Amino acid sequence: MRHQIGLTQGEPSLGRTGRTGQAVRLVLGVSLGITLAGGLASCKKHAPAAAVDKDVQAKLLGELIDAKPGDVISIPAGTYHFDTSLSLNVDGVTVKGAGKDATILDFSGLVNGAEGMLVHASDFTIEGLTLQNTKGDALKINEGQNIVIRGVRARWTGGPSTKNGAYGLYPVQTKNLLVEDSEAIGASDAGIYVGQSKNIVVRNNTVRQNVAGIEIENSTDADVHDNIATENTGGILVFNMPNLPVPGSSTRVFHNHSFANNTANFGARGTAVASVPAGTGVIVNSNPKVEIFDNDIADNQTANVIVSSYFSTGYMNKTGVAAAYDPYPSAIYIYGNRFQGGGTSPDGVKLQALRVAMFGVGGHFPDVLWDGYFDKSKLVNGKIDPALAICVDNGAAGVLNADGPEEYKNPSTDTAQYACTLPKLPPVVLTGKLAEAATK
Amino acid sequence: MKSAIVFGGIAALVAVAGWFAAPMLAPSRPPVPYFIADGLPAHLSDWGVVGTGGGRLSLGRNVVPYDLATPLFTDYAGKLRTVYVPPGQPARYDDTQTFDFPVGTIISKTFYYPLPAGVGAADGQVLPTTPANAQNGAAGLDLTHVRLMETRILARRASGWIALPYVWNAEQTDAELMRTGTIEHLAMQLPDGKTQDVAYAVPNVNQCASCHTPDNASRKLSPIGPKARHLNHVFAYADGAENQLAHWQRLGLLADAPAPEAAPRNADYHDTTQPLAARARAYLDINCGHCHNARGLARTTGLHLDAGVTDIRRLGTCKPPVAAGPGTGDHIFDIVPGKPDDSILAFRLAATAPGIRMPEAGRTLVHQEGVALIRDWIASLPGSCNS
Repeated sequence: MRHQIGLTQGEPSLGRTGRTGQAVRLVLGVSLGITLAGGLASCKKHAPAAAVDKDVQAKLLGELIDAKPGDVISIPAGTYHFDTSLSLNVDGVTVKGAGKDATILDFSGLVNGAEGMLVHASDFTIEGLTLQNTKGDALKINEGQNIVIRGVRARWTGGPSTKNGAYGLYPVQTKNLLVEDSEAIGASDAGIYVGQSKNIVVRNNTVRQNVAGIEIENSTDADVHDNIATENTGGILVFNMPNLPVPGSSTRVFHNHSFANNTANFGARGTAVASVPAGTGVIVNSNPKVEIFDNDIADNQTANVIVSSYFSTGYMNKTGVAAAYDPYPSAIYIYGNRFQGGGTSPDGVKLQALRVAMFGVGGHFPDVLWDGYFDKSKLVNGKIDPALAICVDNGAAGVLNADGPEEYKNPSTDTAQYACTLPKLPPVVLTGKLAEAATK
Repeated sequence: MKSAIVFGGIAALVAVAGWFAAPMLAPSRPPVPYFIADGLPAHLSDWGVVGTGGGRLSLGRNVVPYDLATPLFTDYAGKLRTVYVPPGQPARYDDTQTFDFPVGTIISKTFYYPLPAGVGAADGQVLPTTPANAQNGAAGLDLTHVRLMETRILARRASGWIALPYVWNAEQTDAELMRTGTIEHLAMQLPDGKTQDVAYAVPNVNQCASCHTPDNASRKLSPIGPKARHLNHVFAYADGAENQLAHWQRLGLLADAPAPEAAPRNADYHDTTQPLAARARAYLDINCGHCHNARGLARTTGLHLDAGVTDIRRLGTCKPPVAAGPGTGDHIFDIVPGKPDDSILAFRLAATAPGIRMPEAGRTLVHQEGVALIRDWIASLPGSCNS
């Protein structure tokens, strides 16, 4: 059952490019020249490769421990090597570097903890610094409201590798969130990953060489706009996963530039993003109420837009997936995007075969690929409920229903069923201090 | 001392005046617990819950040692746990949660390693703690072949619990407050003759909260161990063996406890006479359940491993991971019944890389006995994930 259908590559993925060999280069690349300068007498085979900036680390840890609401913790320009994860548990604190090109915190030698910075706090702002080469997530904010991430770069400097940390910028269970002017490069899962959150703006960011560039997961009321996503496996994802406290809905993806996201999928098998075909511009999975409009989406080799169900991930089963989970995408509205190229070389043998069978050796998938799953229990008079429909109002853009449920037996390019409209979602309105930030 | 040099630059931060920085008392005169209601005492001796002298770590007056049915694994360190409750103010019993301790309570946990023969505490060589060389702490610790690493204090103040890590000095006479934590590099001599490097991590104060915050919404600190199910077994006290709940109740540390037979009880994971499932669940409860529960830090994963969980999906059966990243080890479900090699849970317990290993904090080595137990348990589970 698990592998019979697939937008996945269909087979277990141990042989994917980019899975091995990169991590060693990463560690060595950072350590050169620095161990000499540090003169670490106690440097044994398990000791960090780069000299740890103990004084800076201890000072910063102390400031984070003793922080009071209203504090601004400044980190001056410089590259600092830390062996311990940073953490903050106090509300109302700002952590500020001298700019993401100037203040660089490097965690290549991390032995204590997994994340670069782990925050359990509300009214938190972080800006103007780089967190790099963490073993786990670069920045994780675990529950809080009124969160601003601005001008922060999360990156792994050795290029795409499954050994890289999972998430770059990772707010989870947050409310009233702004992520802007930031970057994520090389995450082995998602570069910017907003999980289980509400009232979200993600804008003006650049995401490159991640498995997923930006992922909005189990989140409600998100505006994702004016971002640049390229060289990822998938540019922008809107997902719902099972077994979590809340399902997400109502995401608007607009005025982004998502192009040439053709990096081979280097996500670990079993992760949700491992199911994303390389060459995806924007993908919706199992999520209701998603609006995709006014984007420039180009040259994504599987498809510029994919609409899919959890059935296509290969993880669906009765025992381990909550019965309450809705695995179908619904109320998806795609309009006014500028599509170019794409669909020329879909990921995986089955999709390639489908492309050749339908469009010829030199042909390509249309701009929108739907895996074809829909909830039969919600049909109205034998047809999809207009309120739950996939509507595509995008000039000449075509749609391919791949007929995933029947293993691609009856794929269709008939676009008649998508000729519909849906009520537009309201813009996200950030509140409190974030409202001021949003209109700066 | 190495750590004193490392942290010299922030002495002002960690070394708030030690009002009671007197020399440790000899065991003939046990230290007297002194609850410090404010501030950050610079020395462990300020609290008076344990003291050194005459080659022993001795317990303060009215300080009661305890242990847990199944403990958290911390890189094969031995642990001496103590509790001090102000006289006449017993903690209130609870069936499932940590007991409600009064202001003035001081809980301590001292981490130590046995030493190889002829090796001093400052040499950096240690042995893994085993049932054979562990001390139960009923009368403190014999320090003849022991290196004290750190003592963590949890004190119940009017404002709530405070967590303070103290690192033992090279002379092993006192421990110094080190709120920003530290890493001690050790060489552990294994039974097979090999040496294992250990980067022993003393947590910083914020990292203490990463385990000791049972409710991530309130973010209030709390002890983890002093719960009925962890304590409900016999402890060999210096003056005779007794069930810990009964002992605490008899001494006035605890009120309203039911008879031990009526209280919940976790299994001893070592005890092969007890059911495999009970041993495995006790192990997951104490090692994972403080984060992996409905209100803990790992509630975002949907995987709940605390003792009260009965839904096998919540426990990970055929459950796809949520945010594991490379922590999946290329496996697609947390637990595949009958197949430990295919189960993320077993993979992460057996991993050592930061970001992959679980628990995330508190260990850098693999707990071989724990991994074997969880693998046996997964292998024993019925069913499959194929439908």
